[in-house]
Amino acid sequence: MAQTRYPKTPREEQPEASPATSPDERIDSAETGARGPFSRRQFLRGSAAAGAASAGLLSGILDDAEAQDEPGVAGPGAVDMAFKINGKAYVATLEPRVTLLDALRNHLDLTGAKKVCDRGTCGACTVLLNGDPVYACSVLAIEAQGSEVTTVEGIGSPANMHPIQQAFVDHDAQQCGFCTPGFVVASAALLNRHPNPDQDTVHRELGGNLCRCGTYAGIRAAVAQAAGGGTTNG
Amino acid sequence: MAEYVWPAAGDRLHIGKHISRLDGPVKATGRAKYAYDVNRRGMLWAIMVQSPHAHARITAIDTSAAEAMDGVVKVHIIQDVGTEIQWAHDEIVAVAATSEEVARDGAAAVKIEYEVLPHFVNERAVDEAPDAQPAQEETTGDPAAAMAAAATKSSGSYHVAQIAHCSLESHGQVAEWQDEETVTLWASTQAISGVASQLGEQIGIPASNVHVETQYMGGGFGSKFSVDRWGVVCAQIARDTGRPVKLMLDRDQEVSVAGARPSTHAEVSTGADADGNVVAWDSKSWGSGGPAGANSPPLPYVFAFDNQTHMHTSVPTNTGPARAWRAPRHPQACLVTMRALEDLAHAAGMDPLDFFLRNIEKTGERASTYVEELEKGAELMGWRDRWRPRGSGTGTVRSGLGLALHTWGGRGHRSNCEVLAYRDGLVEARIGSQDLGTGTRTIIALVLAETFGVGLEQVKVTMGRSVLPASGASGGSTTVGGVSGATRRAALNAVDAVFERIAPRLGTEMANLELRNGELHFKDGSMAAMPWRQAATLIGVNPVSATGANPGPGQLNDSGVGGIQMADVSVDMETGVVSINRMVAVQDCGLILDMKLAESQVYGSLIMGVTYALTEERVFDPHTGQMLNPDMEFYKLAGIEDVGEMIVHMMTGPGYDERGVIGLGEPPVIAPGAAIANAATNATGVPINEMPMTPERVLAAINGGMA
Repeated sequence: MAQTRYPKTPREEQPEASPATSPDERIDSAETGARGPFSRRQFLRGSAAAGAASAGLLSGILDDAEAQDEPGVAGPGAVDMAFKINGKAYVATLEPRVTLLDALRNHLDLTGAKKVCDRGTCGACTVLLNGDPVYACSVLAIEAQGSEVTTVEGIGSPANMHPIQQAFVDHDAQQCGFCTPGFVVASAALLNRHPNPDQDTVHRELGGNLCRCGTYAGIRAAVAQAAGGGTTNG
Repeated sequence: MAEYVWPAAGDRLHIGKHISRLDGPVKATGRAKYAYDVNRRGMLWAIMVQSPHAHARITAIDTSAAEAMDGVVKVHIIQDVGTEIQWAHDEIVAVAATSEEVARDGAAAVKIEYEVLPHFVNERAVDEAPDAQPAQEETTGDPAAAMAAAATKSSGSYHVAQIAHCSLESHGQVAEWQDEETVTLWASTQAISGVASQLGEQIGIPASNVHVETQYMGGGFGSKFSVDRWGVVCAQIARDTGRPVKLMLDRDQEVSVAGARPSTHAEVSTGADADGNVVAWDSKSWGSGGPAGANSPPLPYVFAFDNQTHMHTSVPTNTGPARAWRAPRHPQACLVTMRALEDLAHAAGMDPLDFFLRNIEKTGERASTYVEELEKGAELMGWRDRWRPRGSGTGTVRSGLGLALHTWGGRGHRSNCEVLAYRDGLVEARIGSQDLGTGTRTIIALVLAETFGVGLEQVKVTMGRSVLPASGASGGSTTVGGVSGATRRAALNAVDAVFERIAPRLGTEMANLELRNGELHFKDGSMAAMPWRQAATLIGVNPVSATGANPGPGQLNDSGVGGIQMADVSVDMETGVVSINRMVAVQDCGLILDMKLAESQVYGSLIMGVTYALTEERVFDPHTGQMLNPDMEFYKLAGIEDVGEMIVHMMTGPGYDERGVIGLGEPPVIAPGAAIANAATNATGVPINEMPMTPERVLAAINGGMA
């Protein structure tokens, strides 16, 4: 089987940033978007340059580090990762096994996407990857590097809602609200692809999301409103 | 003194209108922070190790490998060696680590040994149950004689499987200690006040030192009233480590241990006289919701007959324990009763609508409500034109109609509210209730705004914290009556208190003042009306404060609703697939405060009903005792394409409004399954007696019926 070639953002092209070293700092960096100067490779190069006597010893390690920066060879320990989420740059040091969903929620404090089934069934974790809806629980964070990630937070804000979010409010397409971020993202993607969807299209495109409180009548009406149609049911 | 009543129909500013939930924007934009979303500095993640056995005794626990792992901070034994485990997935050890990934590694490294004991998980085979217990026996009149004399008789077996709550936000919480005696718990709970007391008691600190916070919660449906063992464990690990801890159940735990609705199996015989009056009822039921078995469903349901007998057997099983599931015991009772009565109507050669109307007096005090609702429902469904006798259809896909009645109490719970009026014109309600997504926050705001005669932008609701004035758990459709009663009384008292404060400053009497349409009016016309915000400046720097409680003076809420539902379904005779064409719900609930939220409750109930009618079931392997579908691939919820068209009609106006507020969370979720089963029976021509109505079961019924 061919090895996955992880898309990686060249570090030199990253905006200035620092890899977070603790959960606390990760959250801080996520909030502020603040970044520092280091990557692991740059650190090792710096060390090698600073201690000429040990340069020989370090060169082997450096080679290893270089090798690890080749596509497909990362981990198993934590590695630096860089993301572009909702138009902002983020960095984190994560194990390659961490899902995009856990990276967003646990490490970057972007908690709009929800963890419900954690295995690609319910759609509560839906985010956009380069504009296409994906289950964030079923994408590795390391594979999301180099892609534009859009979470529900990036679709709109309470003060400046996307028309689909306004429509969810208007038609009460939410109760407990735990499935809502996934539905909002999936609905936004639906409307991008089908500006005036018929009901079959709505059902098919939103069939990968599940609600427990039973808000489907409101969601149908919300999509119809945001699409510029009338109301359908509710 | 204030008169504690709701405003008359013509005087309502907000009540009864379609008002959007106030927290809609924060939810729709992903900003609402649920317990699962709380991330604290230095927080640990905890993962629980579960029993793979349905019945076993723990003989050894080895945590050394987990403890040696980098990043594992605490290994906490929840149930120690010697403990007898009564259901699979029961939690035994919790591992807390600096990341979720490491916590999972740690949990996987814990070694537990068991002495496996015999288990019993499939209660349908009641004869094989090791510990079945007679639970209820009740007889009125002489059912045997009445049955013998009946002109028409019918009998059948009806089955409702165990289902799960499957809340999308799993159970759990984040715990953080402020000092040795004070802890904050961000919990996914339906009962902030109750959880504070429970946790305080179990970890040995005053309940007042437990601060429970729940601003948003991702579904409970009756399963989230308790602090639960995992809540106590979370707080203990946080205390032991001095760090905040997040412990949320994984999906498999959520579906297998965090809530079940008991099964009901019943054998029913019924009899009617030549005019279609039901004269005899005889039912024997059994069921289980885990190790405690199950209480009897209320049989017969809604109706009471002169001659009736009912017996129930409780069957303990080694399955995750039952919790209250929306309208506990009613959906099961409704399926059994409405299917049995539909079968009797068929035997009597009657349209079930006529048959139910013929017997409607046997529903008691709600009879006239049911008649109005049945007529409205029949109109919305086109029942009179479209109903055909059972099995009239031909072809591969056949459609049919079914109906069912339900009832619920829904009286407001105990609740307290404090209202503050500030000189900038803001009016605030403080109330220790929680909003599960039913719209409680919005209801409180609109009652407050209504009472002050101001817009919703003038009011603020502070809720979701256990330190606020205590309010009951949100369950049993008791919240809306409780919080609206408490808020209305507090707000009326606050208006009086404002008048008392400002009347002297205006040189008039309290009794001369009234607030309406955002203005302060002088009843005697001695001064021109004054905008509320201008009047409020007279309050001064100390806000006016007043309290109110429910129950309290005046009739602001009531108990007891009817409600009817009708289903139009199609059944594919070759595949057994039941699909929903249309559902009609006609529901009363007294005075409706927010029509949009009320309708949402009913739409949601119809959808939840379609789901449990067609797909939801906890399936247990008799050999291993394990639940086979503790996930969301095979524990199936209906999707947006599965629920058909829905029509909701709320009964309002004279006869309804003056009853005051009555809860709505439970009633409409009771009847969908029964209405759908009756419709599937009408469509196929054979009794469809089992929920969920999976294709396999429907085909078996069709083939059995054809044999």
